[in-house]
Amino acid sequence: MSAYAETLHHGPAKGISRWILTTNHKDIGTLYLVFSLIMLFIGGTMAFVIRAELFQPGLQLVMPEFFNQMTTMHGLIMIFGAVMPAFVGLANWQVPLMIGAPDMALPRLNNFSFWILPFAFAMLLSTLFMPGGAPDFGWTFYAPLSTTYAPPSVTFFVFAIHMMGISSILGAINVIVTIFNMRAPGMKMMDLPLFVWSWLITAFLLIAVMPVLAAVVTMVLMDVHFGTSFFSAAGGGDPVLFQHVFWFFAHPEVYIMVLPAFGVISEIIPTFARKPLFGYRAMVLATVAIAFLSFIVWAHHMFTVGMPLTGELFFMYTTMLIAVPTGVKVFNWISTMFRGAMTFETPMLFAIAFIVLFTIGGLSGLMLAIAPADFQYHDTYFVVAHFHYVLVPGSVFGIIAAVYYWLPKWSGKMYDEKLGQWHFWLSFIGVNLTFFPMHFVGLAGMPRRIPDYALQFADFNMLTSIGAFLFGTTQLLFVYILIKTVRSGKAADQLPWEGARGLEWSVPTPAPYHTFTTPPELNKE
Amino acid sequence: MCRRLHLFCLALFLPPAPLWALEFNMPVGVTDTSQSVFNLHMTIFYICLAIAVVVFGVMLWSIYHHRKSKGHEAAQFHGNILVEVIWTTIPFLILVAIAIPSTITLGDLYDASESDIDIQVTGHQWKWHYKYIGEDVDFFSVLATPREEIENRKKKNPNYLLEVDNPVVVPVHKKIRFLFTSNDVIHAWWVPDLAIKKDAIPGFINESWTRIKEPGLYRGQCAELCGKHHAFMPIEVKAVTEEEYGAWLSEQKAAQKAAVAAAEKDWSMDELMNTGATVYEKNCAACHQADGSGMPPTFPPLDGSAIVQGEKLEHMKVVVNGRVDKGMPAFGKQLSAVDIAAVITFERNSWGNKTDDMVTPAEVQDLMDKQ
Amino acid sequence: MKSWLKPTSPTGLILIVVVMFGFGFALVPLYDVFCEVTGLNGKTKGAYQGEVNAQAAPSERTITVQFIANRNENLSWDFAPEEEEIKLSVGERKQTHFSVSNTYDKAVVAQAIPSVSPPQAADYLNKIECFCFQKQPLAAGEAKQFPLVFFIDPALPEDISKLTLSYTLFDISERDASGGD
Repeated sequence: MSAYAETLHHGPAKGISRWILTTNHKDIGTLYLVFSLIMLFIGGTMAFVIRAELFQPGLQLVMPEFFNQMTTMHGLIMIFGAVMPAFVGLANWQVPLMIGAPDMALPRLNNFSFWILPFAFAMLLSTLFMPGGAPDFGWTFYAPLSTTYAPPSVTFFVFAIHMMGISSILGAINVIVTIFNMRAPGMKMMDLPLFVWSWLITAFLLIAVMPVLAAVVTMVLMDVHFGTSFFSAAGGGDPVLFQHVFWFFAHPEVYIMVLPAFGVISEIIPTFARKPLFGYRAMVLATVAIAFLSFIVWAHHMFTVGMPLTGELFFMYTTMLIAVPTGVKVFNWISTMFRGAMTFETPMLFAIAFIVLFTIGGLSGLMLAIAPADFQYHDTYFVVAHFHYVLVPGSVFGIIAAVYYWLPKWSGKMYDEKLGQWHFWLSFIGVNLTFFPMHFVGLAGMPRRIPDYALQFADFNMLTSIGAFLFGTTQLLFVYILIKTVRSGKAADQLPWEGARGLEWSVPTPAPYHTFTTPPELNKE
Repeated sequence: MCRRLHLFCLALFLPPAPLWALEFNMPVGVTDTSQSVFNLHMTIFYICLAIAVVVFGVMLWSIYHHRKSKGHEAAQFHGNILVEVIWTTIPFLILVAIAIPSTITLGDLYDASESDIDIQVTGHQWKWHYKYIGEDVDFFSVLATPREEIENRKKKNPNYLLEVDNPVVVPVHKKIRFLFTSNDVIHAWWVPDLAIKKDAIPGFINESWTRIKEPGLYRGQCAELCGKHHAFMPIEVKAVTEEEYGAWLSEQKAAQKAAVAAAEKDWSMDELMNTGATVYEKNCAACHQADGSGMPPTFPPLDGSAIVQGEKLEHMKVVVNGRVDKGMPAFGKQLSAVDIAAVITFERNSWGNKTDDMVTPAEVQDLMDKQ
Repeated sequence: MKSWLKPTSPTGLILIVVVMFGFGFALVPLYDVFCEVTGLNGKTKGAYQGEVNAQAAPSERTITVQFIANRNENLSWDFAPEEEEIKLSVGERKQTHFSVSNTYDKAVVAQAIPSVSPPQAADYLNKIECFCFQKQPLAAGEAKQFPLVFFIDPALPEDISKLTLSYTLFDISERDASGGD
């Protein structure tokens, strides 16, 4: 109770300055999560525009150049604005609570790394109103489309990416330092909850690859403004070099977006199966293995650029290898469920959907790894289906599951279970209706990033669009559920989930403003 | 037979009747490589399907049986070295089994033996250029779908967005080697039936080869985002018998001579205006728009433009040499003198432009020769 | 290790960030080395420095070499090889040329960028003299013959019987004027 008593005479500041000046990990976590929810809706609106244009063949709503701006901005906002900040938000809330720390190790830095983000995205979004329009070269911004042929707004794009990068790097430094230095006395590395482990590995990935992204956008900036020719053949550069440097960043980035979700699922499944996680050590090792492999597979995004046979074979084999540790994770989750005593509250439903749909995305990933077959899959809707399966029912479902799971502890209120179930089933149907038909149009030959398509793709595209509208509007229900919970939810118990274990459940409900001001005693099991 | 079986298995996962007619799988294609790629694709697909059935089967079984509401008590085991080793080893072995046929197929695709015909394929924003090396035949291949169909003012034809004015013609049973490069940004040349997808990169060349088994028309599209009209630069490969190919080749050579001759013929205003309208729609309307309004600031309007209404020679120079700084291509390298003369005449006498000028092919030829 | 240098301290982590940022840039020269070693992208080497023995016994093995002349979008000169396709025996020294004319009414500095396909052949194409080694300034309306002297290394892998050498001309006037290399 000492922590609770502390709150009474040292609570949050009043009014808006609480949020601007806060160094409290819970406040900052909330800021991150709210920010990412807003970005989810902005990026989602862009997806709406894309799907509305693709509802039927022909050009109806938008011109092709605006369509390209939409696909580019949708990708950037969802990756850097929605998924990554949401995971940083979860880390801010949960890492200190789960390791028994009073706060993050570097609280002022924490405040700074959040407050960079709104400015970065304001800058990125403002490009939509600039002459020449927003970036239209795809989120992968391949040179020379993003250099010689770019709209003037490319400069702002580069600076926005730099700011997002700094924010992510600072956030990652904070997570690493916190985990290494602020664990409750007696908590060893192999005692860490899996969510913390996977965030630790993610943070190291961020530290390693965000600077490479910074380097590649800097080179783009220099090519555009300072007459260098890193990526222009004219001056002795090479456009393919861009792709190598970019994917050296962007493949680990894919795991940055999914490893924390692995962590969330590894927390939720044992809770609702009322059974300890199967193979903890193997889970940690598998995560480390995935992180390591992510650095040596990047060129599988480039099978069609014309690599020598040995190069193609190397990247094909390494990519296939990733299936092994990923498989281990899936098998372990299922073994955790096996012979448990399961109940199916909303977080569990999202977690199970995560396992199933992420596995589908993983299997299509295995298909994409096969270089000769990739000559047919590459840059088609099959790829779009694949990465949306790992990112939407993967990462996004992971985030949603985490919010439902920890919301009672954060807010002290219980969400409406019935509405939660509705939210799940509508999302589940919407997601599959949206992304499953994409496999078919992709295999049948529809390239990605096109505003108009041949007639044989029409029916599946209409189905996809309907699914997208369903999935998108369903997320309004999510917002309603969140608001309803915070405003008028039933008071939650100290331990809202029967099977939950871990330090975060040992604090009072709602979690007081300051927790673990005195380190917790670990009761060894 | 094998294909039927594949289709049947896939159909199990789909609602029947109305979707039946849809294409939902990779085409088998018309070359040995495309067939081996297809077989590889189906093999991996079935392996993935089997994995999914086993994994999800176990999961659903325990979801059904091991639920608290059925009174199931949770076991408390949390590890088993033996099963963990087994389920690390088995996937690894499966991967090895997949890797072997994949490696063989990939090796075949890299075959560098002597080719019969070499065609240089150059990506342009937003059309393809084909050059038959050593044959003195080259031409552009531009989207043939009328703008009315794209803008929903006319019913779309079955080959909507997959049709071009000049297909690339090749003989069957010959080894054809394609050399890819680009004039501006990165494009990718993709024809699913040939299982070829290769990036066309400015400053560099890539190669790929094919040997088509059946005559026919094989359609494809650009697969790498290359700017705003990325969706509108399709590919048509017309495979014909060797005799037909020979005939086509001599016809092309004759046509290129005829184009030179046509420049010397006398053209009437009406003829030029008619030809000009077609040339404009295919080559200019994408940027300057069908009504000449352009898309400022990037693409200036032609309706009321000072250049179009001004001196004839200046107008001709812009079209022939392009405006490099503004992204306007040099059409002197892409179109015949007749086409250029026609389109300039068209531009000078359309929309609000009423110069009554007529530019003859001879004048254009003269300008092009002088340079 | 000093405590502030540990990869788990803030300073140590910032050091990693700085190193990785540098690594991003280091990938540029690394990539060039990698390309040269593997022939990735069909990049050719610079001028051949070794001894050329023109009197070497003519080899039985003949190779077809094709020439492609491309103009990048920013340069629409007339540019064409003298011969599109030649046959020569390996080791044989060959001279050919590309004809070029500046169709603009202003002086332009051009640079030709070579590329070889199949890429694994790039290492065996030795250029003794090539117009691509220097930038090429041409006055308005000027026409020129660009020379190329080369031979094929007899060590060319057996399975290659045909290779294509492409040159793409780029306008580098602006780059040249702004004092770039």
